[in-house]
Amino acid sequence: MIQSLTLVISGQAGQGLQTIETLLDKAIQQNYHVYSTKEVMSRVRGGNNTVEIRVASESVYAYKHTIDMLFLLNDHSFYRLHDRINENTVIFGESTFIDSEALTKSGAKFIELNLNQLAKEAGSVLFGNTILFGYISGLLSLDIPYCSESIRQRFSSKTELIIENNVKAFISGYSQGEQYENRPKIIQTDAVKDRKLINGHQAIGIGALAGGVNFVSAYPMSPGTGVLEYLAGKGNEFGIVVEQAEDEIAAIVMTIGAWYTGARALTTTSGGGFSLMVEAVSLSGITETPAVIHIGQRPGPGTGLPTRTEQADLNLAVYSGHGEFPRIILAPGSLEDGILLGQQAFHLADKYQVPVFILSDQYYLDSKTSVAPLKLSDEFIQPFFVKSDKDYLRYKHTPNGISPRSIPGYGEGLVKCDSDEHDERGSITEDFNVRVAMNDKRLGKEALSLEDYVAPELVGPKDYKKLVIGWGSTYGVLKEAVESSDDKSIAFLHLKQVYPLSESLIELIDQADTTVIFENNATGQLSNLIKLHLDRKIDEQVLKYNGMPFTIEEVDAKLKEVF
Amino acid sequence: MKPYDFDYELDIAWCPGCGNFQIRNSIVDALRDLNIDPKNLVLSSGIGQAAKTPQYINTNYFNGLHGRGLPLAVAVKSANPSLTVIAEGGDGDMYGEGGNHFIHNVRRNPNIVHIVHNNMVYGLTKGQASPTSQLDFVTPVQVNGVRNNPFNPLAVALTLGATFVARAFSGDQAQTTEIIKQALNHNGYALIDIFHPCVTFNKVNNFKWFKNNTYYLDENYDRKNFGAAMEKALNLDKYALGVLYQDETKKSFEDQLNVYATDSTPIVHRKRDLATVEALFH
Repeated sequence: MIQSLTLVISGQAGQGLQTIETLLDKAIQQNYHVYSTKEVMSRVRGGNNTVEIRVASESVYAYKHTIDMLFLLNDHSFYRLHDRINENTVIFGESTFIDSEALTKSGAKFIELNLNQLAKEAGSVLFGNTILFGYISGLLSLDIPYCSESIRQRFSSKTELIIENNVKAFISGYSQGEQYENRPKIIQTDAVKDRKLINGHQAIGIGALAGGVNFVSAYPMSPGTGVLEYLAGKGNEFGIVVEQAEDEIAAIVMTIGAWYTGARALTTTSGGGFSLMVEAVSLSGITETPAVIHIGQRPGPGTGLPTRTEQADLNLAVYSGHGEFPRIILAPGSLEDGILLGQQAFHLADKYQVPVFILSDQYYLDSKTSVAPLKLSDEFIQPFFVKSDKDYLRYKHTPNGISPRSIPGYGEGLVKCDSDEHDERGSITEDFNVRVAMNDKRLGKEALSLEDYVAPELVGPKDYKKLVIGWGSTYGVLKEAVESSDDKSIAFLHLKQVYPLSESLIELIDQADTTVIFENNATGQLSNLIKLHLDRKIDEQVLKYNGMPFTIEEVDAKLKEVF
Repeated sequence: MKPYDFDYELDIAWCPGCGNFQIRNSIVDALRDLNIDPKNLVLSSGIGQAAKTPQYINTNYFNGLHGRGLPLAVAVKSANPSLTVIAEGGDGDMYGEGGNHFIHNVRRNPNIVHIVHNNMVYGLTKGQASPTSQLDFVTPVQVNGVRNNPFNPLAVALTLGATFVARAFSGDQAQTTEIIKQALNHNGYALIDIFHPCVTFNKVNNFKWFKNNTYYLDENYDRKNFGAAMEKALNLDKYALGVLYQDETKKSFEDQLNVYATDSTPIVHRKRDLATVEALFH
């Protein structure tokens, strides 16, 4: 049985929540499993943002609704959280931050914690966050030397006096936290102590690096920007051309141009930005130039909820681009998926000369936990382009439909690509027979690519009778709910490749007496694709589209209701 | 067979007498004169009659989307700076649909040649106004005559800091070839706006009109003088032909890329060591 504690720190933008989260996550990881995520308003200052940190005896990677310990940082950090507290919740903060009516109604316990006052006593109001870091570390009996070292590193650019005063402030917070009488008792472990803590942005960025990315062109749009920034940060070390394009159209066209030249290129965006890229997806399709496109989904339509999460752009990716041509869509659930699928995206794009999508979302990207030290495969980084001979034909018909792809200046031939319908040479044609042959050649690659269908992950008993289906970022919550369910006939099937779908999934669906799918959208987009392409109707759809991820509590309740 | 020639017969989609033929010949002459190997050249174009030019030059090309020839060209050049790259299209393609790329690539200063066939009309879509169409020009859409102020590509490029700005006239093949050669030798973004008649859809700005309304900059003209260039670009009574401006002091986009600071190997020919990637999360 997993023991876990849900801590939430609530404050406003600009109050340093991210710094506290980073310091705490790493410190907690020395003694426990840790998972954290954040939800923020679309503003640079003010509003109300929260960070949720789960401290656990075993690996957890899911959002929990009910708060065990809540830390309030200002007088408007409580009003959005009334429904997330109950009689087991302990709230820490200043009494003026609390709505006493809501407190009484919930039965939660309130502990006065005046960070401002404590910070002043420690020498400066600026120490508030360090004191909170100390206080929580004291509550959880974290390692003082490790935490002190983190502070020294964090403030390494400051003067020695500032650093030492911060360490002192930390110690004073720590001793306060230690004195709290009902300190949580979670079984400690050093199992993940040496692992790296990463979030989804980093996982996909690492995946891209593992796939050989050496060219990134993108236009900033939340939540797709994190991958751009991560790779920009690694650009000098790994030799990547990183260019912020003038718009999304340029971003994807540059990506395609780089692939044409022999690079392994990536563009990253969100649904709105991707809408602008759609014509070029079709360009990738007809010119058979690979492209890797990361879409960090957020709720639409239009500007929607810019900082929230949703899985509503699957259809957009599946149907993007005029005309008919193949594509592959991968959707990471775990951080390991982000790395492995990120790498495979480049391999598959190169191998089949098609656009490949990595479909994530805000929740996936902003959630963080320890990642297993996977061994990366060299197979996926080998480029497919060939040296051309004098008579090279870019679109030569071959038995499997894939024409060997060369690049300009590599060999004796010429590489001619055309977005008009073209013959084997790459010259414009209006010959109807050539058109049909070329269209068939391109479309045939879809079925062919299923040879490399990325296998789904089955969690739970192999002889299941009830099947939960999910894709992308619902992985963690569905896994935890199924694993902790008392009903041992339930399994969870996580799809990692959501398009095209493999017929091997039919057997897995048919084995269950009852199936239920969880999707963070309003219309059950994957469920509809399963019906369309595999002719299987999923019995129940559980759909959420308020901008927040599924919570453990919701999934638990739904499983009881459905099964 | 000479470089850039085909060993089979071409079916050319241009109207007889179209200025595109001469522009095509000037480009090929310039490339041959400079001994640029077709294998190391990439032509990137959008959509339109002008954008078909790569079809008729035997070299590497990527004939992509309407308006998007420039970003693709920049990507090619930065992924492999050893290639010579020309982006080519018409006035609608490059100044209309691709206007944002025009603006920002002038700022970026990639080492590519940007050739814009400017006939002040849309050809492929049959005769509508282009961004450079003159006021009062009547078309099937602008039935009461063009009301939008004509786009001034040279002035725009100059104000954005373009490092090579030229105008040519297709009717003068030798001079056009010369200007293209200078552009190819320039290290940075080189714009050549090439006037040419559309024999089918523009009966106003015909061969004679271009002949009468243009003049060549003389040998005393100082192409390093930004003020003079601006003055020439803004003078619409008579259009200056030749290289209006050149600045050889600015570094090109690729020359400033960190990936090439200490290693000139094109990124497309480098290998990644997966152990360095594993170190990021082990």
